[in-house]
Amino acid sequence: MEEILKVEGLSKTFTLSRKQQKIERTAAKRKVAVDNLTFNAVRGEIFGLLGPNGAGKTTTLRMLSTLIKPDSGDAVLDGCSVVRQPEEVRGKIGFLTSELKLEDFFTPNYLFDFFSELHGVDPNVCRERKQKMFERFGIDKFAEVKVANLSTGMKQKLSLVISLVHDPEVIIFDEPTNGLDVLTARTVTDYLQELRGEGKTIILSTHIFSLVERLCDRVGIIIDGRLVACGALDEVCSGLSIEDRFFEIYKEVKGGEE
Amino acid sequence: MKSNTWTIIKKEFARFFGDRQLLFTTVIMPGLLIYIIYSLMGSGIQKMVTEGAGEVVTMRVENMPESLAPVIASMDSSLVVVQQPVTEADIALLEDKELNAVLVRFPERFDEVVFGKNEVAGEALPNVEIYYNSTNNAASRVYMVMNTMLGNIGRTFTVNVPQEEGQRFDQATDESIGAMIWSKILPMLIIMMLFSGVMAIAPSSIAGEKERGTIATLLVTPMRRNELALGKIVSLSGIALLSGISSFIGIALSLPKMVGIGEAADLGFNYTTSDYIALLLVILASVLIMASAVSLLSALAKDVKNAGTMVTPFMLVVMLAGLLPMFQNGAAESLGVYLIPFYNSIEVMTAVFSHELAWTPLIVTMVSDLVYTGIAVWGLTRMFNSEKVMFSK
Repeated sequence: MEEILKVEGLSKTFTLSRKQQKIERTAAKRKVAVDNLTFNAVRGEIFGLLGPNGAGKTTTLRMLSTLIKPDSGDAVLDGCSVVRQPEEVRGKIGFLTSELKLEDFFTPNYLFDFFSELHGVDPNVCRERKQKMFERFGIDKFAEVKVANLSTGMKQKLSLVISLVHDPEVIIFDEPTNGLDVLTARTVTDYLQELRGEGKTIILSTHIFSLVERLCDRVGIIIDGRLVACGALDEVCSGLSIEDRFFEIYKEVKGGEE
Repeated sequence: MKSNTWTIIKKEFARFFGDRQLLFTTVIMPGLLIYIIYSLMGSGIQKMVTEGAGEVVTMRVENMPESLAPVIASMDSSLVVVQQPVTEADIALLEDKELNAVLVRFPERFDEVVFGKNEVAGEALPNVEIYYNSTNNAASRVYMVMNTMLGNIGRTFTVNVPQEEGQRFDQATDESIGAMIWSKILPMLIIMMLFSGVMAIAPSSIAGEKERGTIATLLVTPMRRNELALGKIVSLSGIALLSGISSFIGIALSLPKMVGIGEAADLGFNYTTSDYIALLLVILASVLIMASAVSLLSALAKDVKNAGTMVTPFMLVVMLAGLLPMFQNGAAESLGVYLIPFYNSIEVMTAVFSHELAWTPLIVTMVSDLVYTGIAVWGLTRMFNSEKVMFSK
């Protein structure tokens, strides 16, 4: 199996403001968000990062998508380093998180063309791809409607489509079904499986056990910024359900506290 | 220009020109408002000046001195002089605007005291009482003439009374006086309008994108951060320039109404093509540097409101710089002054409007502003790369 992502010793520490110290109820001025993370992903698999809120999943994905820089360590994505070649990495990935928004003023049609242009997609390819994806997600009927007037589900589907305008080899999704209604969530997860079938690699973060069970080929469990288990889903679960195995590991790591 | 920069510029323009409300408030409204306000002000001033001209005013004079009777009678063609005592009832009618007149009460023995030179030590000087209502323009005019005439009585010499037609004592021409006035007022007005244009769009374009989360969507594309920074600054400058041009057209169209139709050229508003080219160049440089500075502050801000708060003190400093020509005589001569951003533009504009344009200060201003814009693009690129700046809550 061809390795497409190699993460080695990735670490990130944040300085906490006084406000953040109050929220986190800590006197510490610095917080280790990700601590020496090492894992890999191969072409054509769905790799899930599973962990509770604040475990460091989003920070990890942000570093992989070059939105933030690691303090140490590196990740090589399809031959490009996230530290040294961020623009090249961004050309190879599709990144989607609920924090990324589309401008309300524009229409799906305009946004697809705009982001295709930024990714250097040939206009003819763009036209064909747009038609195909808009039909696949039912956006074609709303192609000239401003984003502000679309339903939440349609906005989410459009965000997904926009993140894939350049047909990336690696797709990074932060909590892909967060805030989606059941129908849209199903559409998204079905599409992720379709993409895997096409040989794309998907790295996703989630705290939903059922999503991991249904989608992921391999999983990494992340707690307090450290990767405490990583491997094929069967190996990590050791005969238990992913939910039971997660809590078992969690107790081991946290010493019984929940 | 890099293609991604052009893509960003196109998107910013599409956003701006596609939003009719934004287009109206940023480009059309400033020029329209300036035209309307200045035209109304001009009409008002003209009305004040011309109102009362030709209107007949009655002057009631009590104790008319024999020496002054002929002078007063010929003082103003629209004046009807009546010798009649001034009563308290008449004065009350003036207050109620029921009497259109000027009431003058001379003291008894006026000629004797003033011209007889038999002033007794300790005796109070004769006092002439002139009652009028200053809201009546014609009465005000008569009062001023009367007051001046009485003020001159007793003098043994006069100053600057023309002895022949067309004799001038002030050697400044109307044109140079007008140019001096324009050079003191217009730079500040232009700077204010350009800044208003930048303020109307820059916070929304950068801080607004941060606030709405749309900038992060741009940051995960392969576009380089400097392309994004340059695209933002150039597009904001272009839009602000349109706003500035709109304001300028508003000024140019309303100016003849402000100073009186036909008088604008007499008052020095007759600039050459090279003056207009210099003005355009310096406006371009000013807009670039304004858009750069406001973009930097907007990128630092958490949201649009915060951006407004951060930019306001900066705007006040720039406007203060715009006021400086009012306190100086012509444009600065030292070339070092033209390295100071904003102030250099104001100095060049001052030189243009006072017909003293020199190309070296203009070139120094243009080059230094371009260098500052380059530094701003670099700074904005660093900010787009900074997770603290872009993702801080």
